[in-house]
Amino acid sequence: MKKNQTIPETIWQFFCSVKLAVYMLVLLAGSSIIGTIVLQNGTPAQYIREYGESFYNLIKVFNIDDMYHAWWFLGLLVILCLNIVVCSIDRLSTTWKIIFPKKFKFNPERFRKLKNLERFIANKETSSMSKDVERFLSKTVGRVIKEETQTGMILYAETGRWTRMGVYFVHLSLLLLLIGALIGSIFGFKADMNLDEGATSNTAFMSKKRVPIQLEFSVRCNDFDVKFYDTGAPEEFTSNLTIIENGKESFTKDIRVNHPLRYKGINIFQSSYGSGQPDSVVFDIIRQSDKSVITRTVKVGDEIELPEDQGLFKLEGFLPHFDFRGNNLGAAFIGRITQKGGKDVQVALPIKFPTFDKMRKGAFAFVVKEFKEKYYTGLQITKDPGIWYVYSGFILMIIGCWITFFMSHQSFFVEIEKNTDNSSNISISGTTNRNNQGMKLKIQKIVTKLKDI
Amino acid sequence: MNSSLALSSATFIYALASVFYIGSFAFKKQFLARLGFIILVLGFFDNTVGIILRWIESYQMGYGHAPFANMYESLVFFSWTVAILYIFVELKYKESIIGVFATPLIFLAIAYASLSPDINSKITPLIPALKSNWLIAHVIACFLGYAGFAVAFGFSIMYFVKPGTTNTTSIFAKLPSLDLIDELTYQMVVFGFLFLTIGIITGAVWANSAWGTYWSWDPKETWSLNTWIVYAIFMHLRMMRGWYGKNLAWVSIIGFMAVIFTYFGVNFLLSGLHSYA
Repeated sequence: MKKNQTIPETIWQFFCSVKLAVYMLVLLAGSSIIGTIVLQNGTPAQYIREYGESFYNLIKVFNIDDMYHAWWFLGLLVILCLNIVVCSIDRLSTTWKIIFPKKFKFNPERFRKLKNLERFIANKETSSMSKDVERFLSKTVGRVIKEETQTGMILYAETGRWTRMGVYFVHLSLLLLLIGALIGSIFGFKADMNLDEGATSNTAFMSKKRVPIQLEFSVRCNDFDVKFYDTGAPEEFTSNLTIIENGKESFTKDIRVNHPLRYKGINIFQSSYGSGQPDSVVFDIIRQSDKSVITRTVKVGDEIELPEDQGLFKLEGFLPHFDFRGNNLGAAFIGRITQKGGKDVQVALPIKFPTFDKMRKGAFAFVVKEFKEKYYTGLQITKDPGIWYVYSGFILMIIGCWITFFMSHQSFFVEIEKNTDNSSNISISGTTNRNNQGMKLKIQKIVTKLKDI
Repeated sequence: MNSSLALSSATFIYALASVFYIGSFAFKKQFLARLGFIILVLGFFDNTVGIILRWIESYQMGYGHAPFANMYESLVFFSWTVAILYIFVELKYKESIIGVFATPLIFLAIAYASLSPDINSKITPLIPALKSNWLIAHVIACFLGYAGFAVAFGFSIMYFVKPGTTNTTSIFAKLPSLDLIDELTYQMVVFGFLFLTIGIITGAVWANSAWGTYWSWDPKETWSLNTWIVYAIFMHLRMMRGWYGKNLAWVSIIGFMAVIFTYFGVNFLLSGLHSYA
């Protein structure tokens, strides 16, 4: 700490150093790697299996299981923000004075000493040459300032003073992004809703905590459709949704991946799908003694009477993944046969294995003949009121980077000196706040242009 | 003529171009570099034809998508972007010798795509999440960014091979002045940084329309942010702290390591949303 400095001044000094910014960036980059290696949002059991009890405690203390929302990670972001704000305010006062000077002036002596100074002799007298140069500069650069000297004339023009603001735009855009993210995480949510075809719901479940959220409106899935490539990979999946408000149908829209529905600040995305429970199934019921077939349609939950007084068959439900002695046999229907005399047997009828029920060795075997496949649609429901801050941050960042990297504040200086023989000595130089190499080339270009005039 | 023929011949043409550039460096013969440049431009045309043919073939197969959908296609496109950027730099700055450090990268990327058994060169259909107009913008921006950093990396290497005191008989004497290398490295980093920024932003906007979140700390996202941060540090060190020369070249090399990890490491070592490329 320097002497004669008050504590607020010291704090200000601390936050306005570029060194701090570099350290913070290194820390952020380094620590964010942890989250790409250690599993995020896992269960305690997963961490204990992977790292053991003692490391699990460490993970808990530092919230490494959700490190991008951990107090210390957010703390680093807050320090970086303070750093950006303080740095920008500190430098902006200087930049502001350059951009909006009280009195506009330039120092000819400085330009005469520049390394990129070029000289040539023009076969024109000073006054006509100065008119040509003035026309050229005002056309290609901007407003020209003229001054008479003892030996002739000096002309000065400049452009792009405001481009010195570019870097502040970039820093402001970072703040906008972080503000947008903060608003989103406080007032927004991300939730899932699975809807069977035909079902209606207004309740979604938060993606991480599984807490239910009530929407202002209900969503009904009228239809779900999935198309496959010949390779078996899904090509497109589409849900036809109706929004229902106060018991009235509001509107109907198709959504598919990359084409969400947005309504009243809520976004509904097509995110996944799965097999749902069909309404009814057509069964072949085969008498084992003579292989004669009876075909019956059964609704899920309904009961039918088996022929020859063999009892009742109830279709209990549908399993997307039927597990048989550790093997996944795929989708299957589950039913129950109640025989006369009260004996109960559960029967599983996997769709892909039609002879499966024969192994039960009953008097009748069931085979799934056909059913209309039903799906449920997996919707992701989000609300993010911070998104417009984030998007304006994105736009400002691109514009700011463009200005900072590809535009600059350039000043040009031309001196015309009288010669005795009606010709003039011309010297040209220029300054820029960026890319001196480019300035040198530009001065040379101007020389060739002025020679041609 | 089909795309795989065009792309495998481009691999060999790029190999030849690198050999000529390296030969020109080793034997101090300027005409070899001239030849190398002509061969490089030929390879670039072949590469372009290959990409266009592959695009057409995907429509003929009924999949119909831009050839930016898997690792193979992205590597081929990476070579293409580095080649066009390098050709531009050589034409602008008239320094052919720096090709020694850029052309091998062009060759290595496309050779890895063609020859590695881990990389499938089949044209595959797009999964629904990738079917978006953002795909083209996102991929082009990211790869222009990567190309800028790759060329900057090639230039940074020059700091470590060029001796401080120039001995006129040394093969390194022909290398451009350190000031010019510094300027070129900076220009390439600036170019890469702008396009990486645009790439990350288009990716975020796309993710928001596909999944409803613009940022989910997926490993690919996190690593691309890390790369962005390393180059942001590079800018601040150069412009605000006056770093230059070897120290700054180290930052550029670290940045390129981050690019490589974002590109390959994440796909092969970590799992996430970006498993396709």
